[in-house]
Amino acid sequence: MKLDSMYQEVILDHYKNPHGRGLRDGDAEVHHVNPTCGDEITLRVKYDGTTIADVSYEGQGCSISQASASVLNELLVGKDVAEAQKIQETFLELMQSKGRIEPDDAMEDILEDAVAFAGVSKYPARVKCALLSWMAWKDATAQALGGADAERKTA
Amino acid sequence: MTQLPGLLDTEAIRKDFPVLDRVVHDGKKLVYLDNAATSQKPRQVLDALSEYYERYNANVHRGVHVLAEEATALYEGARDKVAAFINAPSRDEVIFTKNASESLNLVANMLGWADEPYRVDHETEIVITEMEHHSNIVPWQLLAQRTGAKLKWFGLTDDGRLDLSNIDEVITEKTKIVSFVLVSNILGTVNPVETIIRRAQEVGALVCIDASQAAPHMPMDVQALQADFVAFTGHKMCGPTGIGVLWGRQELLEDLPPFLGGGEMIETVSMHSSTYAPAPHKFEAGTPPIAQAVGLGAAIDYLQSIGMDKILAHEHALTEYAVQRLAEVPDLRIIGPTTAEDRGAAISFTLGDIHPHDVGQVLDEQGIAVRVGHHCARPVCLRYGIPATTRASFYLYSTPSEIDALVEGLEHVRNFFG
Repeated sequence: MKLDSMYQEVILDHYKNPHGRGLRDGDAEVHHVNPTCGDEITLRVKYDGTTIADVSYEGQGCSISQASASVLNELLVGKDVAEAQKIQETFLELMQSKGRIEPDDAMEDILEDAVAFAGVSKYPARVKCALLSWMAWKDATAQALGGADAERKTA
Repeated sequence: MTQLPGLLDTEAIRKDFPVLDRVVHDGKKLVYLDNAATSQKPRQVLDALSEYYERYNANVHRGVHVLAEEATALYEGARDKVAAFINAPSRDEVIFTKNASESLNLVANMLGWADEPYRVDHETEIVITEMEHHSNIVPWQLLAQRTGAKLKWFGLTDDGRLDLSNIDEVITEKTKIVSFVLVSNILGTVNPVETIIRRAQEVGALVCIDASQAAPHMPMDVQALQADFVAFTGHKMCGPTGIGVLWGRQELLEDLPPFLGGGEMIETVSMHSSTYAPAPHKFEAGTPPIAQAVGLGAAIDYLQSIGMDKILAHEHALTEYAVQRLAEVPDLRIIGPTTAEDRGAAISFTLGDIHPHDVGQVLDEQGIAVRVGHHCARPVCLRYGIPATTRASFYLYSTPSEIDALVEGLEHVRNFFG
């Protein structure tokens, strides 16, 4: 059934047992919303130099947005910001592919559990759900680390 | 098949709506339960649109050639149909707009720029309710911010009705305008118009009614309503998108200032100043949505050939059946009145802690189209402490078996996320 391509077991697992949920100490906090469906996330990043010490979050939303935040936490915490940005960009590319990208081994190595969202990219209404926490993380990181690429983002 | 008293002959009606024959997702029969968002269009309306473009297309008013005269007659003929449909005392009280949002914005702007006694300013108050669609909240917030007027509203009871217990404190001598929804798009509640209008009239406030979810579903009589303005939209009542209506009492339309300026709305123009055409043209600047008005006229003909009282009875029977069947679904909570009494055919609900987005997605896979989210009425979601709802809404072509399909679909949703 086609639906299973969206609701992969990995996604449902992250939804039911989210990683790193809850707000903890951070260097910057952002609040992003998805106005079409009311999904919301408050997200904090904590850096140790350029290493991501923590990504903590609280929010409400559908299984896709909640699972995506959980995967983000699992994937990015402990990584250097440059590597994390590459992961974020790869995830963005996959989600904007409208189902046309079949993740290869190289992409799977980068995205790990996040490749499970490949099926979501076929559903335009749900892409924003999957991207909500990732755009929030990008925004929070720009604020925490400063720099020219700091941007205010609304979903 | 379930037989309920009051049902229309949906087998015949559905033949008029080509899209209802569609199959989606590899052979699933479309079950369209998103009628509060927009209705489907019968062949009669689609034909009127293409016939207009194929035979009559011209810009309206002032043209002296055949097509211009015929297009004008069709456009103004649509105004006559709308006037008769809502029992307006005069066709000149019917203003064509783009949609109900534009109609409501038009009222707010008329009052913001008006002279006394209509003027909304920093010493006056605007009253709305907590169950309004954003289109009947934001224009009034804008007006309040720009004029310094105070925005007040009626709250909601736990069972999804207006809390009018403090009506004398909410509507006061300072109130200039009371604007509220006749039938809620999220809760389905039918509001007690008389009680509110009586109080508004006591203090001399104008009354604007958002009839977007009423005009498609029940007989409308603006004289019986006794409001000053009534707004609704064409696409929810079998008409095309891009055409809305504002009805307003004639003396008000004569007194109140225009909002949009441009062609068609003037009498004379010099480089220093202009004088304006009489209503309704004063409020219809620029080339209007001509084909769309013609399409709305055809939609009204269609609805009247069936009978608005019969459509109301059909939807009431479906709503009674739906609330009863939905009550059988474990963990389902209806947000709004739980009986069909004083209730329209839009039913919002939550299903345990499964997010509506997920509910809608799994239903879609079975061919069932519902709406999920806050339905442009976020304050209602905040009031009931929920992020969003799933909403099923019915129309004249909806059937009991579609409600059965929804209930089965919800069982599937529960199993999927269980």
